[in-house]
Amino acid sequence: MIDLSFSPAEWTAMRLSLKVALVAMATSLPPALLVALALARGRFPGKALLNGLVHLPLILPPVVTGYGLLLLFGRRGPIGAFLEQSVGLVFSFRWTGAALAAAIMGFPLMVRSIRLSIEAVDQRLEEAAGTLGAAPFLVFLSITLPLCLPGLIAGMILSFAKAMGEFGATITFVSNIPGETQTLASAIYSFTQVPGGDAGALRLTLVSVALSLAALMLSEGLARLAARRIGAA
Amino acid sequence: MSLDVRLKTRLGTVVLDVDFSAGDGVTALFGPSGAGKTSVLRAIAGLTTPRDGLIRLGGETLLDTAHGLSVAPHRRGFGVVFQEARLFPHLSVRRNLRFGSFFNKAKTTRAEFDHIVALLGIGPLLSRAPRHLSGGERQRVAIGRALLSAPRLLLMDEPLAALDEARRAEILPYLERLRDETRIPILYVSHSVAEVSRLADKVVLIDNGHVVGAGPAAETLSGASLLHGAPLRERGVVLEGRIATAQDEEGVTAVELGPTTRLRLAQEGLLPGSRVRLRIAARDVMLALKPVEGISALNSLPMRIVALHPRENRTMDVVLAGQEGLQLLAQITRVSAKALALSEGMEVQALIKSVALDR
Repeated sequence: MIDLSFSPAEWTAMRLSLKVALVAMATSLPPALLVALALARGRFPGKALLNGLVHLPLILPPVVTGYGLLLLFGRRGPIGAFLEQSVGLVFSFRWTGAALAAAIMGFPLMVRSIRLSIEAVDQRLEEAAGTLGAAPFLVFLSITLPLCLPGLIAGMILSFAKAMGEFGATITFVSNIPGETQTLASAIYSFTQVPGGDAGALRLTLVSVALSLAALMLSEGLARLAARRIGAA
Repeated sequence: MSLDVRLKTRLGTVVLDVDFSAGDGVTALFGPSGAGKTSVLRAIAGLTTPRDGLIRLGGETLLDTAHGLSVAPHRRGFGVVFQEARLFPHLSVRRNLRFGSFFNKAKTTRAEFDHIVALLGIGPLLSRAPRHLSGGERQRVAIGRALLSAPRLLLMDEPLAALDEARRAEILPYLERLRDETRIPILYVSHSVAEVSRLADKVVLIDNGHVVGAGPAAETLSGASLLHGAPLRERGVVLEGRIATAQDEEGVTAVELGPTTRLRLAQEGLLPGSRVRLRIAARDVMLALKPVEGISALNSLPMRIVALHPRENRTMDVVLAGQEGLQLLAQITRVSAKALALSEGMEVQALIKSVALDR
């Protein structure tokens, strides 16, 4: 029989994971929407390169992504040093770094999902909205955005789920510090490294499975609901 | 208010080069498919920018490529009804209708909204979603949506082309009411003689990217350009006449085309003295060498053959002239033309099987 009473350290890891995943999802949404729009509609030199860069975290070993983040966003990295001096934002060995790593890893999934849904929007509807007096930005808000809502929701939830499970890049970039950067995945890893940690690892594994499954089901359900609302299903 | 259009641009292999103006009422851009009508309409709406063009409405310039001026579509204030209704699927019919007035400075009032909803008969549909409408209902909502954006000009791009015959018949009366009850000038793109002769006040004929004729509807539609341009089933003439004041002994109504030329109509309930427009399809006209007795056709008119044009599918178009400037077009097989030894200048009898009344 498994003992399902969580220790305070386990609760902390779960709370931290949720915080990291929510922040990662929310902060990557605006840039993901812009990049998806550029990839779906834009015509500019370097589009293939941008597409490649966005998808890189999907195919690189996570440890490479994590190391890259360390080089760029570490305290002595060019971006990390600049951000610390200008706005006092520190990533290395902080939960913010874990959120950054999770956001980067989830970014291609979110962009992909949003891009596909933008491409599926009938541009003739946007044309019609324009002839009715709506300026391009208002057409985007009133027609394009609502019509790609299912893809947007699916992308957000995928990114959230990816963030909940992110391990490789996170541990490389911000290590595994209990209470600061130890997420669910790192906590399970720690449990498996110490004698007698089996029960803790199993408990957190079950939590992880349940959360992932719930996120996927929620995503399906919301996407279907949104699709029904716009008349696609 | 006059719309002046001059465009010159390349469309694939066709060079579009048109110059025309449209005034109040309904102006039809008429011509075969692929003639460039839709491209003209899209350029007027601002959805495409031609290489070379000048578009003015009243005193306002909307496009002047020589001076690098092109007003964005949403600032032109032109309502567009497309071939497909293009209703917004995530909005109810009511919100589709209100879409334009939401973004326009010129708000439509509650009374105007109710008037247009009643005019188009879409009151019962207001709270429905577009996917629950029939094709004809959708197109009526699309027309209403364009009207409620308070347009200065209404552009209609073959609004009935995607519908079947029954749906077309359902919408045409609404378009007529629209023409008669609103003061918005309409530019109507179509390749259907029936629609154009029924709706248009003025016709601009477009073929192969060029304007080949323009003028009042009845004259232009029965003119020679139509005889050559229109598809097989659509060829014919449009005549204007007046319902005769007295019925003849059988109680049949007649239309006077001139002081002595009259056509008999198998239609009742027409107001004596009112002006009507008739369409006589070329395939409904038969030819005989001398007056025929014992035949069911109501109308037989003496005509002279003006021209013979061999056409597709082994048919022959015969252009006929009669008394008082009457012109008719007959479509017969080449075999019959040979059997009757038809030639230009010959006197024949035209037997008209049916006369369609265009209101």
